[in-house]
Amino acid sequence: MAQIDSEKYAVATQLQLTWWRFRRHKLAMISIVLLLLFYLLAIFADFLATTDPHATDARTSYIAPQGIHLFDDNGFNPHVYGIKGQRDMKTFKLVYTIDPSRKVYIDFFGRGYEYNLFGLLSTDIHLMTLKNAERGDGIYLLGTDLLGRDLWSRLVVATRVSLTIGLVGVTISLFLGVLLGGISAVYGGMVDTVIQRVIEVIRSMPTIPLWLGLAAALPNDWSVLQIYFAITIIISLLAWTDLARVVRGKFLALKEEEFVMAAELAGASQGRIIFRHMLPSFASHIIAAVSLALPAMIISETSLSFLGLGLRPPAISWGILLQDAQNIQTLALAPWLLVSAIPVVVVILAFNFLGDGLRDAADPYG
Amino acid sequence: MADPILSVRDLKTQFFGPEGIVRAVDGVDFDVYEGRTLGVVGESGCGKSVTARSVLGIVDRPGRVVGGSIMLRPAGGGPAIDLARLTNEEMRKYRGPEIALVFQEPMASFSQHYTIGNQIGEGIKLHMGLDERAAKKRSIELLDMVGVPQAARRVDDYPFQLSGGLRQRVMIAMALSCDPRVLIADEPTTALDVTTQAQILDLLRSLQQQKGLAIILITHDMGVIAEMAHDVSVMYLGRAVETGTVKEIFEAPRHPYTRALLRSIPTVLAKPRTRLPTIAGSIPHPFDRPKGCSYHPRCAEIIGAVCETAEPPAVDTDDGRQVRCFLHGGMEAAKAGVAA
Amino acid sequence: MSETILEVRDLKKHFPIRRGLLRRVVGQVKAVDGVSFSIRKGETLALVGESGCGKTTAARCILRAYAPTGGSIKFKVEGREVELAGLKRRELRPLRRHIQMVFQDPYSSLNPRMVVGDIIGEPMLINGMSDAVARRRRVEELMELVQLPRAYYNRFPHAFSGGQRQRIGIARALSLNPSLIVADEPVSALDVSVQAQILNLMLDLQDQLGLTYLFVAHDLSVVKHVSDRVAVMYVGRIVELAETEALFERPLHPYTEALLSAAPTPVPGAVSNRIVLEREIADPANPPPGCSFHPRCRYATDVCRQVLPELQEAEPGRLVACHRAKELSLAGVGAAEHVVA
Repeated sequence: MAQIDSEKYAVATQLQLTWWRFRRHKLAMISIVLLLLFYLLAIFADFLATTDPHATDARTSYIAPQGIHLFDDNGFNPHVYGIKGQRDMKTFKLVYTIDPSRKVYIDFFGRGYEYNLFGLLSTDIHLMTLKNAERGDGIYLLGTDLLGRDLWSRLVVATRVSLTIGLVGVTISLFLGVLLGGISAVYGGMVDTVIQRVIEVIRSMPTIPLWLGLAAALPNDWSVLQIYFAITIIISLLAWTDLARVVRGKFLALKEEEFVMAAELAGASQGRIIFRHMLPSFASHIIAAVSLALPAMIISETSLSFLGLGLRPPAISWGILLQDAQNIQTLALAPWLLVSAIPVVVVILAFNFLGDGLRDAADPYG
Repeated sequence: MADPILSVRDLKTQFFGPEGIVRAVDGVDFDVYEGRTLGVVGESGCGKSVTARSVLGIVDRPGRVVGGSIMLRPAGGGPAIDLARLTNEEMRKYRGPEIALVFQEPMASFSQHYTIGNQIGEGIKLHMGLDERAAKKRSIELLDMVGVPQAARRVDDYPFQLSGGLRQRVMIAMALSCDPRVLIADEPTTALDVTTQAQILDLLRSLQQQKGLAIILITHDMGVIAEMAHDVSVMYLGRAVETGTVKEIFEAPRHPYTRALLRSIPTVLAKPRTRLPTIAGSIPHPFDRPKGCSYHPRCAEIIGAVCETAEPPAVDTDDGRQVRCFLHGGMEAAKAGVAA
Repeated sequence: MSETILEVRDLKKHFPIRRGLLRRVVGQVKAVDGVSFSIRKGETLALVGESGCGKTTAARCILRAYAPTGGSIKFKVEGREVELAGLKRRELRPLRRHIQMVFQDPYSSLNPRMVVGDIIGEPMLINGMSDAVARRRRVEELMELVQLPRAYYNRFPHAFSGGQRQRIGIARALSLNPSLIVADEPVSALDVSVQAQILNLMLDLQDQLGLTYLFVAHDLSVVKHVSDRVAVMYVGRIVELAETEALFERPLHPYTEALLSAAPTPVPGAVSNRIVLEREIADPANPPPGCSFHPRCRYATDVCRQVLPELQEAEPGRLVACHRAKELSLAGVGAAEHVVA
């Protein structure tokens, strides 16, 4: 890699070199775009929700998904259909279904339920609401569940919870991993041995029963928010070990690099060696490790909640939505509930491709 | 001289990487004769190792032989076979019994999980159809032949239990296990100390005398070439710039690169603290191969515009050598090419 | 004769071999085992030997990248003599500027995340030259000294060839005007055509700036081109130390003789009477009794198998550790000019 004549290449920083390599990784590029979209979705979840994700209504139980119709007889006029009640002559139950004869028009940037944008701005403006809605009408893009809650609205809000639980969890385990991995490598000896043994003990524990125990220990009367944080911390307390190993390994490898020795022989202090020479060298590896740790976190939360050990209703997360789609009977009646699995699969795959791409790009010399 | 065992003509191997095509080997010709050693010498990036791998059909992806012929004259007579045209499956028949390879890094070429006896025996069983016991017996004979002390005991050692010199001997034993006629040694002593290097070179020489092996010795070390080779091919950026006998190359080099390279080598014969003549600049990356003669930016004897624009053809000189330099001919062809 | 700036006496570095769960010490690798030599101001002393002979370990002890197990390293700095062997990390830091190093691997020795100017200027920054303008001026001077265009100041190492990187490494080592430069195999990772450039540069810089080199190498031909005196090491000890020309022409130790004879020369047919040593280099964790070279030595007698020979003055200015040095007459390589047309 010595295109000496290319001045741009000669003065390119490691970050640029990494980016140039990353750009060639098509799958990773697609993944990064997808993930950005998902995080945008998470940030503006309430704005994008069409109805209150918590609001239940017996009338709207198991409404099938319906699309938005863009034109009516008067030209461009986006609308959905209303619902109507009908007596099922076999069971004599009142069943609500879509009624194509009644059009309900969509109001862009209209007012709906109240929410906090970024936790600061209290507002009730949503992307789409209905103008001439009667009770039970709604934009059921993905249909509704047993309790009549709109799946689309629930899914966007769940995305926010599930994606942030990953971020918060990774931040905590990153902190623990870098700190303990770094200490382990820098001090070595007894400290190293103790930390490494602790990591081995943690890694040897079967995770599901451990979560079971820890989650069961959470008090029943905690609020949704408290449980959310408790779950994050539990997950990251177990997940830092991988990062700690990456950090330690990289640290030890760098200690042997001759440029580190050169700095030492020039009289550099320990701090300068670590912060000027070593940390920048493995920052990219840490980023790659993080992007591989994130999906593991998301999966953990999803499976915990799916098993009923993590977040509990009324909280909404991917795991909880999937919990609703647990039994065959529901799936026969309302197959659209399975849609909640799609974002899980897409996000996890995207993170994995991204991590692979980053790892390959991070080491232009490796 | 008898017909060559192996005859390579206009060999071209290219790597199709994401940054573009690297022409690692770009038109190499040479002949290898029974009982003689062809030394292929050059600096990093000259394509000497890729040449060896091309002959064996083991170029790593994304590399591929894209042109030229590699004619092997079969042992029992008959028409020559072009190895460049064989499929991987067909090539396997020739790798081992006809052509074998000794790598630079013996540690990396062994599996750590099998004894050396197992690994030598593998090829013997496959190609010679011997059973387990006969294969082991043959392995011990081979180890004995390459000078591994207490071969009968060592045959059950694992590669990590051996020193670098012994590993290289085992590697040679493995290469010779199916009695090849051509042995390609790719920097066989580069990883070794001088005293061990002397042992291994000695071994290769005596094996050649015993078995009439044709050896292709690939190295960057002119000293090793002077000692081992009968014929020499000097490579620079994917091309053989000069080919001749060892005496000719060392005593009357023709190509400016060969001349400069020979002058710039430190030697134990020099007076202490003497400056060496140098070659200006450094070897270009194969991506940025200079136009015209690829050596022209570093050449002290550049003729002028012609070297910067036209590629010198391989010219056969009257004494049977081959040089790629306009100083020694080829000018007419270049001019004709420019005119056309 | 100029003053001695470094005096190494009986230097030892043993690495413990640990085994088992409790990491108990089960043995010692005596990488350096009683090495003594001195370096005079302005000269080049070469430390030569094959892999595992302890030459790099010895150099790293002098640089105090390793803490020696025993012996003394007396270093003359600013008119006074300092004992480096027992100093702690903190005490060493202000002294480091006086001994600098040129590394073997031009790739791993430069931080890929720093521009060349910062790499060369870093030692100055660390040692209190905080004025950025003055530092830049000095870096540019240094770049000129090692024949790198000033315009390359803002380039990253990945844009340079091996030879250019080695120039950067040399400029960095020079930046603090050290009294001693330890060069550990500075040309062995380079291509032949580039080796000569770097060797010439080192010689020129020495003449210009009066530098003192400790030159660690395995390649005798390279050593012949740069050094004033040569110390040959074998399994942790110096077996012979002499002026370069004398050592090459008339070695006194059988190992030196064999080493010289094994060195390949670019002269076809020169190999006729080579001494090929049998067996392998002794294991520094378990050296043989007596002279560690005796199992491979064709002149070995009973005394060699039992008694360890001391490094003694055989002739003025020549030290050798061999019981039979006086009686043997060994072959060297002539200083005959080798001419290439």
